[in-house]
Amino acid sequence: MTGWLDALIEGVLLGGLYALFAAGLSLIFGVMRLVNLAHGDLIVLAAFVILVVADRLGLNPFVAVVIAFPILFAIGFALQHVLLNRTLGPDLLPPLLVTFGLSIIIQNGLLQLFSADSQRLRSGAIETASIPLGAGIAVGVVPLLTLLSAIAVIVVLNLIFYRTLIGRAFRATSDDLEVAQLMGIDHRRIFATAMGLAFVVAAIAALYLGLRANFDPTIGPARLLYAFEAVIIGGLGSFWGTLAGGIILGLAQTIGARIDPEWQILSGHLAFLAVLVIRPRGLFPRALD
Amino acid sequence: MDGGAAATAQSYRIETAGRVSRAAVIVAFVSLLVLVLLPVFAGRNVIQDLIFLFYMLALAQCWNLLAGYAGLISVGQQAFVGLGGYLLFALTLLGGINPLLAIPLAGLVSAALALPTALIVFRLRGAYFAIGTWVVAEVYRLVFAQLKALGGGTGTSLSPSVTSAVPGIEWIKAMLDVRTPAARDIASYWLALVLMIATLALLYLILRSRRGLALGAIRDHEDAAAGLGVDIVRTKLVVYVVVAAMTGMIGGLIYLQKARISPDAAFSVLDWTAYVIFMTVIGGIGTLEGPAIGAIIFYLMQRYLADFGAWYLILLGTLGIVVMLFAPKGLWGLIAERYDLTFFPTRRRLVEGKTGHDTVSISEQL
Repeated sequence: MTGWLDALIEGVLLGGLYALFAAGLSLIFGVMRLVNLAHGDLIVLAAFVILVVADRLGLNPFVAVVIAFPILFAIGFALQHVLLNRTLGPDLLPPLLVTFGLSIIIQNGLLQLFSADSQRLRSGAIETASIPLGAGIAVGVVPLLTLLSAIAVIVVLNLIFYRTLIGRAFRATSDDLEVAQLMGIDHRRIFATAMGLAFVVAAIAALYLGLRANFDPTIGPARLLYAFEAVIIGGLGSFWGTLAGGIILGLAQTIGARIDPEWQILSGHLAFLAVLVIRPRGLFPRALD
Repeated sequence: MDGGAAATAQSYRIETAGRVSRAAVIVAFVSLLVLVLLPVFAGRNVIQDLIFLFYMLALAQCWNLLAGYAGLISVGQQAFVGLGGYLLFALTLLGGINPLLAIPLAGLVSAALALPTALIVFRLRGAYFAIGTWVVAEVYRLVFAQLKALGGGTGTSLSPSVTSAVPGIEWIKAMLDVRTPAARDIASYWLALVLMIATLALLYLILRSRRGLALGAIRDHEDAAAGLGVDIVRTKLVVYVVVAAMTGMIGGLIYLQKARISPDAAFSVLDWTAYVIFMTVIGGIGTLEGPAIGAIIFYLMQRYLADFGAWYLILLGTLGIVVMLFAPKGLWGLIAERYDLTFFPTRRRLVEGKTGHDTVSISEQL
C-alpha cells in the first residue's frame, strides 16, 4: 500500500517537471499558434547554459539560473525576430520544418561542444535532502521544489497574461492578429518577447531537469513529446490545464513503472492516446483550434 | 451579352504532357533499362549505394504524397518503416514465410494497422498532428522493444538461410558468376528498383486520377475543396493508409537488406523521417521531380560528408531551413520556374487549339 501511495506522490511531483516542460510550449502556442519542434532541445540547451555558468563562475545552479535568464531571453528574442517570424503564415510546413531543422542543429551543436557524455547540475546537500511525511514515506526536496516552481510559473504567466500591458498585447495578437496590428501593436516584437519569455520558462525547467537526473544532448525530443502530451491532455490555451496535463502524465508514468519498470514511458504515451480518443480537445480546453 | 456582342466560341483542350515530358518518357525508358541491367557490369559498392538511394527516394516520394499533396505533415513515418522491418523479421523468422512474400504481407499488415492509428492521430490538426504521429511511432518502438521473441530492446538478426531464400539468388549466382553475398545484394537491388518504380508509378497514377485532382484541391485550399464536394477526411485517410502500406514494404526491404534490426534503429526519427523530410523539401515538395533531386543531393552529401558526423547534420539542418525560407518550392521549383520544365506532368493546363476527341470546348462569352 505504501508503495502505491509513494508512486502517486512521485507521479504528482514528476508532473510538476512535465508542466514546466510544457508551460513554454503552451505559451508560444497561445500567443502565435507556433508549434516548436525544437522545444525539448531548447530545454537541454538551457541546461547546458546553466551548467557552463555554474562551472565557470563556481555558482550554485539556483544562482546560475538567474544569470542564465537574460542570456536565454536574448537568445529566444533573437531567434524569433531573425528566424521564426519569417515562417509564420497560413502554411504549416515552414514553421514545422524550420523548428525541426533547429532541433537537429541544436542537438548536434551541443554534441560537438560538450560530447555525448552525461552531465548533471550539482547543488550539494539539497539534491538528496528529503522531508519525512510519516508512515515510511518521504518527499524529496528537489521534486517538491519542482512542483512548487511549476505552480509559481503558472501563476506568474497568468498574471503576465491578464494583468500587464504586454500580456494584453499577447492576448490581442492571439485573438486577432490583423486588428492588433491596426491598433499599433508591432506583432513581431510581441512574438519575440513571448519567445524570450518561453526561453526563461525553459531555463527553469532545465534547472530541475539537470538537478533530478543526468542529461545529454540527445534527450531533447523525448522532453518535447512529454511537453506536448501535457499540453494536449490539459487542453489548449489554459496554463492550469497544462499543469493538470503534466500531473496526469506523471501519474500515468509512475503507475506504469510500478507495474513494470519497462512500461514507464509507454504508459505515459498510452494515457495520452486514451485522452485523445475519449476527449480529443483535452480535459480542460479553452482555445478553439 | 445584352449589348449584342456575339459569343465567340473558342476551343481549348486540357493537356497534361508537354513536349519535354514526352521526350522524358523515352529518356526514362532507356534509363530504366540501364538500371535493370546495371548489376551485369557494376561493382558491388555501386549496387549497395543505389539500393540506399532507391529506398530513400521511395520513402521521400511517400512522404511527399502525404505532406506535399494531402497536407498531412507527419514526423512519425518511422512507425511504418520500423513496423515493416519487424513484420519481415517476424514473418520470416517466426512464420517461416519466404522473404519475397513477406514484403507485400508487411505492407498489408502496415495498412491494416494504419487504420486504427489514423483514427487516433486524425483527431489532431496541423502541427499537432505532426507531433501526434511521432508519439505513435514511439509507442510502436516501445512495444516492439518488449517483444522478447524478436530480441527485445537489443534486437535480432536474420539467419543466412532466410536472406538466401529470396528466389532467384541461385540463378543470379549462375548467370553473373558472383558469390552469395553479392547475389543477395543484386536481388535486393532489383527489389529496391521495383519498389522505387512502383512508388513513383503509384504517385503518378494517383495524381493523374480523379482522386489526384481532389488532392491538389485540398493542397491548394482545403475549405474551398470541401465546398466543391471533396470528401476531405476520406481522401486523406486513403492517402495515409496507402502511404503506410508502401512505407511498410520499403521498411521490409530495408531490413531484409540490413539483416539486423533493433527498435532504436528501426524506429529512428532521424533516419526515416528527418532525412526524408529534408530530401523532399530541399528538392521541392509537392512535385514528383523534387524528391528525386533531393535524394541525389542527400546521397552525395551522405557519401562525402557523413564522416564529419555532427557537422554534417548541422549543415543538413541549415540547408533545409535556408531552402524553406528562401526557396520554399525547393531546387526543382527554381529550375522548373525558370525553364518551364516538367518531366512527370500531373498538372492540367488549358491550351488553345483545335478540337479533338479528348478536348473540352468552352465557349467564352464576350
